[in-house]
Amino acid sequence: MATRVVPDGIGASPRRKEDGRFITGRGQYTDDIVLPGQLYAAFVRSPHAHARIRSVNATRARSLAGVRSVYTGADLKAAGVNPIPVAWLLPGLNIGEYMPLATDTVRYVGNPVAIVIADSPARARDAADAIDVDYDVLDGIADATAALATGAPVVHSNAPGNVAFNWAIGDADATAAAFAAATTVVTQRVINQRLIANAIEPRACNATFSRGTDELTLYVTSQNPHVHRLLIGAFILGIPEHKFRVISTDVGGGFGSKIFIYPEEVVCCWVAKQLGAPVKWTATRSESFMTDVHGRDHATDVGMAFDANGKILGLRVNTVANLGAYLSAFAPAVPTWLYATLLSGQYTIANIHCTVTGAYSNTTPVDAYRGAGRPEACYVLERVMDVAARKLALDPAELRRRNFIRPEQFPYQTPVALQYDSGNYVPALDRALEIVGYAALRKEQAEARAKGRYIGIGLSCYVEACGAAPSAIAGAIGAQAGLYETGTVRVHPTGKVTVFTGSHQQGQGHETTFAQIAANELGVAIDDVDVVHGDTGRIAFGMGTYASRSGAVGGTAIFLSLQKIREKGKVLAAHMLEAAVDDMEFESGQFFVKGSPERSKSWGEVCLAAYLAHSMPAGVEPGLEATTFYDPSNFVYPFGTHIAVVEVDADTGAVELKRFVAVDDVGNVINPMIVEGQIHGGIAQGVGQALWEAASYDSGGQLLSGSMMTYALPRASNFPMYELDRTVTPSPVNPLGVKGVGEAGTIGSTPAIANAVNDALSGFGITHLDMPLTPGKIWQAIHTAKAGS
Amino acid sequence: MYPSAFEYHRAASVSDALALMAQFGDDAKVLAGGHSLLPVMKLRFASPAHLIDIGRIPALSGITEAGGQVVIGAMTRHAELASSAVLARSATALSDAAASIGDVQVRNRGTIGGSLAHADPAADLPPVMLALGALIGATGTKGARTISADAYFTGTFATSLASGELVTEIRIPVPAAGSGSAYAKHADAASGYAVVGAAALVTVTGGTISAARVAITGMSPMAMRLASVESALTGQPATAQSVAAAARSAGGGLELYDDANASAAYKANLVAVYVTRALTQALARAAT
Repeated sequence: MATRVVPDGIGASPRRKEDGRFITGRGQYTDDIVLPGQLYAAFVRSPHAHARIRSVNATRARSLAGVRSVYTGADLKAAGVNPIPVAWLLPGLNIGEYMPLATDTVRYVGNPVAIVIADSPARARDAADAIDVDYDVLDGIADATAALATGAPVVHSNAPGNVAFNWAIGDADATAAAFAAATTVVTQRVINQRLIANAIEPRACNATFSRGTDELTLYVTSQNPHVHRLLIGAFILGIPEHKFRVISTDVGGGFGSKIFIYPEEVVCCWVAKQLGAPVKWTATRSESFMTDVHGRDHATDVGMAFDANGKILGLRVNTVANLGAYLSAFAPAVPTWLYATLLSGQYTIANIHCTVTGAYSNTTPVDAYRGAGRPEACYVLERVMDVAARKLALDPAELRRRNFIRPEQFPYQTPVALQYDSGNYVPALDRALEIVGYAALRKEQAEARAKGRYIGIGLSCYVEACGAAPSAIAGAIGAQAGLYETGTVRVHPTGKVTVFTGSHQQGQGHETTFAQIAANELGVAIDDVDVVHGDTGRIAFGMGTYASRSGAVGGTAIFLSLQKIREKGKVLAAHMLEAAVDDMEFESGQFFVKGSPERSKSWGEVCLAAYLAHSMPAGVEPGLEATTFYDPSNFVYPFGTHIAVVEVDADTGAVELKRFVAVDDVGNVINPMIVEGQIHGGIAQGVGQALWEAASYDSGGQLLSGSMMTYALPRASNFPMYELDRTVTPSPVNPLGVKGVGEAGTIGSTPAIANAVNDALSGFGITHLDMPLTPGKIWQAIHTAKAGS
Repeated sequence: MYPSAFEYHRAASVSDALALMAQFGDDAKVLAGGHSLLPVMKLRFASPAHLIDIGRIPALSGITEAGGQVVIGAMTRHAELASSAVLARSATALSDAAASIGDVQVRNRGTIGGSLAHADPAADLPPVMLALGALIGATGTKGARTISADAYFTGTFATSLASGELVTEIRIPVPAAGSGSAYAKHADAASGYAVVGAAALVTVTGGTISAARVAITGMSPMAMRLASVESALTGQPATAQSVAAAARSAGGGLELYDDANASAAYKANLVAVYVTRALTQALARAAT
């Protein structure tokens, strides 16, 4: 870890460089871009969860004023457009064909059927409404477990029984033996409900084709523009990459939902090329609810085996994951490699076995959503730990403490493939217990219960994996991409710096944190550093931002390029000072001879010399620029303890969140303010799942939660002031010692809340309620429990 | 979120608005704060050919108290209701309810007249009108008239307004000395609308409840008074026991059904709980 050498360097909390333009309305989002001759698209979508398309009649639509053209799935198929590919393969994966526009069958409400191009968005919408699609409505199926049952409607004919895959990890026999030897076994069925990301900025794209240069440019709300270019260009439309530029300007939130390749952006690219004109589409909020990929949606049976001392002997997990109607790009990875590999949590568990069945259903495709598999794993594990603590009559904190991986066990090899880089779990737990005043709080809880007040305390001790790596391993387990990152540092003749990163931000603050790294290593002010991202035309390559990878992978790529700049600077300075390169040092913006600080050249003098090139050392090229493709040796593993305190109103079932304590360890911290911000937002999103959010369908696949009127998002007024602290256990994986913070808050908070509410309800003899823990569900459980007692 | 094409008309006065309403009839909708109408237009659930904007008619706004009545212009915003000292004193339940509507943006745009004309069965203001015995002032081409709140709400999104009639003002009688009113609400976590909202007005004379009006929203096809609760309270001592006894069966006469979010039993319980909470608060206010 580099120490801070400039005021706004690593470890400082300067205000975010990007916020000026955001809070003054000067950000540039995809929908803000209007190109000469701009045309607008609207999509005709299926109102049915499952139907055959008999015919599409666009005669009336084509006759309306301002309408340029209408295309259907048949048009795209005839033109040789390929299906949207799956970017992570599993053995035996049954892939249902995912055409950008449906050809003969629609498989979820919102499935696009046709596109209309007009000279205004309103006229495009009018024309889309004027298209008559004749459907033969079929039975649909929404629930994954029901979809796997005999006789269920079949979503894809090449996936019998609606099975996309069956997958397993761990040692089944050893785990069975551990259960046989156990003194106590707990089992629980837990539902991790489906969620909708709800980024503030809806998805949007604007594609334009130059008939002069044969170049297609796509502006799109993407977390990874190079991945968009590769998949749309090489796999779907057959556009060579040197003739295809993808630009993602400011992005207003992604949470995973903007990683993937969606039908709309593919179709707009294809149409732009047909028409030789720019075609723009921006989702309505209704379209966002219907068609942004959803997250989670697991049904899990978990069993945990203990010895007489409360030590975990084995963990058995059987999960059914709902994948929706089509396989989104990374859908096969999320409920398998990104999920089951985290089931060891913070604990020494000698035997783990997990099976996962991925099921098709007539619902919106499901893929990564903030945490992507790790929140599902953490929820299963931390929930069953609380169920076990009750059965074992142990305090939940004590049960966790007894089973923690000890500091001397790191690097720790779990039985589910991962090797944790570093960790020290007791101090984070102890600090969280200290902040919340655990012993006194338990006493207060008991006193309140005697007076008919139901306070609940819930713990969650999480570990998560950020920055999947290395690429060789990712490839071996099915990724159709590498998981490295690029970082280019271009120093200008005046010493000002432009950093080009393959990471991309949707709110993370990279323009500030990456500038801090550069400022720190070069001894310049952060205002002398600009960070460029989101443009395949300007950045060498990039894998983008997701899985909390940007700091650890993208930041390290930049850091390594900065070291190359420093080394070249030393070579140049040595030449200018007629000194030996090995004798050169660089500190606070000065290159100087070791032991003779008066013999020095400033940063600016060296930069100018590199570009004047009037006198270069032998064999050294002019210029001052470096690029690194950094492929980490391992993931990094943040961890922490979250504690929630809630009170349940037994009269109404309403839950009041009274306190939330989070002690997170994300390794070294580049900008503490931004880290806290990520934790704040992450907690809110995790609490949202625990208490309010649920994407719901009727049994046949009609979306019931299709708007803000029916899908409950967290509001600021729902939250107390958070009580946060950190411990710092640097990662040995990267030279910055950083881990990741983008998802930690979401992963840790959900089980803490669920455990707290279930703890509050334990007085009624209730052992487990599934999320979201809504007032109606809680009151009903209390009512039923009272009636039964 | 693009509505179908429509023509926009800005009315300069009430008579101007009435003339436009007469001209376009059922093809027109009146635009007040727009926070119910515009969302359904954006979703194309409603596609009126003409919008008549009454937002720039100064005579339709404001809150005054005179002659034993509080008079509220139809275009008065929820935020103004929530912050009005007059209402806080003389129609406290209305202050409570207005403050509980939506969020800041909704309260800054939404209007009392718009809400009452829309008559959403889960809206917060209708039960308050019933409990406070409000009079709805309406004007049409045939002149002005006053409709009692009890006669005003006729069904789901339905009122006794005649075609071409515009809500212009709301008159609320200042309650007798010893009165208190309150509104208590269990909000839906997504929409903020009332799952149940209860409004109560009580008058206490010498320790006895001499008059009580109680109404609810969200649990029936339209906001409604709970006559059995009112009669159970009247003549009883102003105590928590009286409230509990009267409220216990408050949900008894309602036709309640299980839905995805709540069982019928839960809904009946919520009615009892929130009627209790509104009455308890109203009694506390009557005592001060």
